[in-house]
Amino acid sequence: MRLDAKIPGGPLPQKWDRHRFELKLVNPANRRKYEILVVGTGLAGASASASLAELGYQVKTFCIHDSPRRAHSIAAQGGINAAKNYPNDGDSIWRLFYDTVKGGDFRAREANVYRLAQISNAIIDHCVAQGVPFAREYGGLLANRSFGGAQLSRTFYARGQTGQQLLLGAYGALMRQAAAGRVRLFPRREILDIVVVRGKARGVVARNLLNGEIECHEGHAVVLCTGGYGNAYYLSTNAKASNVTAAFRAYKRGALFANPCFTQIHPTCIPVHGTYQSKLTLMSESLRNDGRVWVPKTPGDKRPPHQIPEAERDYFLERKYPSFGNLVPRDVASRNVKEQCDQGKGVGETGLAVYLDFADAIRRDGRAVIERKYGNLFQMYEKITGDDPYETPMKIYPAVHYTMGGLWVDYNLMSTLEGLFVLGEANFSDHGANRLGASALMQGLADGYFIIPYTLGGYLAGTLLEPVSASDPAFAETARQAAERLRRLLAVNGRRTPDDLHRELGMVLWNFCGMSRNNEGLRKARGRVQELREEFWRNVRVPGSEQDLNQSLEKAGRVADFMEFAELMILDALERQESCGGHFNEAYQTEDNEARRDDERFCHVAAWEFRGEDCDPVRHVEPLSFEHVPLTQRSYK
Amino acid sequence: MSQTIRLTLKIWRQKGPADPGRFETVAVDGVSTDMSFLEMLDVVNEKRILEGGEPIAFDHDCREGICGSCGAVVNGRPHGHLRGTTLCQLHMRHFRDGDTIVIEPFRARAFPVIKDLVVDRSALDRLIQAGGYVSVNTGSAPEANTLPVPPDRAERAMDAAACIGCGACVAACPNASAMLFTSAKVSHLALLPQGRPEAARRVLAMVRTMDACGFGNCSNHRECEMTCPKEISIVHIARLNREALKAGFLSPEA
Repeated sequence: MRLDAKIPGGPLPQKWDRHRFELKLVNPANRRKYEILVVGTGLAGASASASLAELGYQVKTFCIHDSPRRAHSIAAQGGINAAKNYPNDGDSIWRLFYDTVKGGDFRAREANVYRLAQISNAIIDHCVAQGVPFAREYGGLLANRSFGGAQLSRTFYARGQTGQQLLLGAYGALMRQAAAGRVRLFPRREILDIVVVRGKARGVVARNLLNGEIECHEGHAVVLCTGGYGNAYYLSTNAKASNVTAAFRAYKRGALFANPCFTQIHPTCIPVHGTYQSKLTLMSESLRNDGRVWVPKTPGDKRPPHQIPEAERDYFLERKYPSFGNLVPRDVASRNVKEQCDQGKGVGETGLAVYLDFADAIRRDGRAVIERKYGNLFQMYEKITGDDPYETPMKIYPAVHYTMGGLWVDYNLMSTLEGLFVLGEANFSDHGANRLGASALMQGLADGYFIIPYTLGGYLAGTLLEPVSASDPAFAETARQAAERLRRLLAVNGRRTPDDLHRELGMVLWNFCGMSRNNEGLRKARGRVQELREEFWRNVRVPGSEQDLNQSLEKAGRVADFMEFAELMILDALERQESCGGHFNEAYQTEDNEARRDDERFCHVAAWEFRGEDCDPVRHVEPLSFEHVPLTQRSYK
Repeated sequence: MSQTIRLTLKIWRQKGPADPGRFETVAVDGVSTDMSFLEMLDVVNEKRILEGGEPIAFDHDCREGICGSCGAVVNGRPHGHLRGTTLCQLHMRHFRDGDTIVIEPFRARAFPVIKDLVVDRSALDRLIQAGGYVSVNTGSAPEANTLPVPPDRAERAMDAAACIGCGACVAACPNASAMLFTSAKVSHLALLPQGRPEAARRVLAMVRTMDACGFGNCSNHRECEMTCPKEISIVHIARLNREALKAGFLSPEA
């Protein structure tokens, strides 16, 4: 299979303009004849639903929560990047593009990333017009801060709740369209499968989570905005309901899954407390602007932090990376934290933590300034741990946070399954092997507000779409399979709960397909995952019935898909015999323990094709070329 | 340092909207004080599943106090007794060994119980649909910095915009009023120049919808403010009243 990214010709800065001109338009009077199914209401889904409805399309929007406002974009803390260059510190579209390509360790498409940087400014304009209360300077103009991995200030923020405010903006726009009757909302629905009719995505099978009813919805195109798969690891910063099911089902229906091994482990999270732990909490990396990361110089030093004198502390990020210091990109910071803990210098009860210390910043700027910048984060930390970060350094440790991999999409955000578009974290496109801070919000909104309204129109106008109805046999068959899977889960009646099995799967992935990987571990993990999957289907216990609100059944279905998907992550990690960004194979590192890419063999996107339950998936390759950002070893020293 | 404690839970069980519901008493042992309240419920549910019982249904998602999914009335207080805290952020270190904890769903006419602790809060979405937004289509925005907003105004707007839509204010109010929720949105947008063109229409439509959804009126009990996990002030209710009054006198849409 040849993967055609459909990147428009012409010089990089003009590709998107040119493409928008070349895309066919749908006559405004005809738009209402098209029904678009949007799955998910995070930044990508809510913004796509609203923008498409504003254009006049009929939109059906599905979300797993009781309200679209609860999608997990709500939890993003730090900010959103844009190339406005308001601080006059040297930013430009080109620099944002350059930083993002380099930050992604040269595993993203130049044309996509350039478009993202171009659109970034319009996103800020739009969100401000919606009334998003961004932080402002004394003169009333927008404030910026610098954020993980950037040497200039291009991040817009609303306290530590930027994701919440951007999502509420998009949610407001969505609700406005719902009130106008152009969006029909389907809350508390889980998408169990994608319906393919004559080779095109034409519908979804949804489960009404309140009564268990299996519903079929038909449309002219399906837009998946279902987020990432970080919960494969069980413990992550993702919300509990975040899952891979819809994306994985799409993969099984013919959409290729790209770079599943590219997972981001975020350096600043609250460390694990106990076996009952249900999720991990991120502490925004904006904290690294003012907090200093350190460990005791001597392994096993168990003194409380205030008793460790300055000379016996190792500010290892500042020491190793003098120019970026505590602001090195996430993958670099996480690996270094792990390295310190592996050397026995970790702190706290478990030894799996390092200090993030604000004492110097509080001395320098005063408590009031620090409180204004990070008050809500400090409060959140204190609630969870019982420690007061104004008095004692925070303890942090890396945790699974974001997944750069996702369904493969072309420049139009369409997957290899025709008519299936994938937006936001659910696609693979813009972050390469490592996402920079404050880029996820930018990408989700770029996809939803400013890309899909054009590219979907181009698809609809240029494609002959025969009428289909939910009575088409493809719908009945897909729905039957989905219902059958639920009944199978209920019928096992074994001795382990879905959470219990999920936790074990998570440990396997964390240990062998986490921050650093090696071939032997990955092979072992693959075997373990297969055994665990076999045990799952033999020994899971799911109480209740499928015709009721049954949260255990919901969980079990998601875990079942994670059990299969985990193997794809491992396979992808095994095949990528290099280190890049979030994928660190111990066999490929520089003398300074940095990731060593192999651009000869792996300067490409790996996209996996499902070939049936009983055979291995097939790996396809989309070569990447770098004409504008020269391939170099990333250095943050 | 973590310890373990023993608790007695009295939990509301209700099979569905039509079921009258009842309290069930559950003894729980070995609760680590480092657990969150929801993790404590997870542990109860895990045990229950293995014993062949039906787990307790409750809404939750982000478990870091921002999505607004979770919430139950704990010992008479929505989200429990700790100020400025959602249920998922309430940790068991705030309870003592031997405590009895009563756990009920949010109760309000506008929030029918769906199952156990899960309630239907879609009325809050209907309130937002009535006007909780600025009517701006994608693509039509001016350059962001053409509209300066004094930072104190932006800060006050942000104070109101911090609402997570959990509905605890409604559950805490003796009138089951949604005034704090509604006023937070009205206030957020009324404070910003972007929200002014529609301010009158917005406040009138949202207040009408509040009545239509079956929420009560505000009679200044201030329970909402005490309960709000984001500590949103009733100052915003005062602003809503001013906006509504102004709109009532001056707006042709009244």
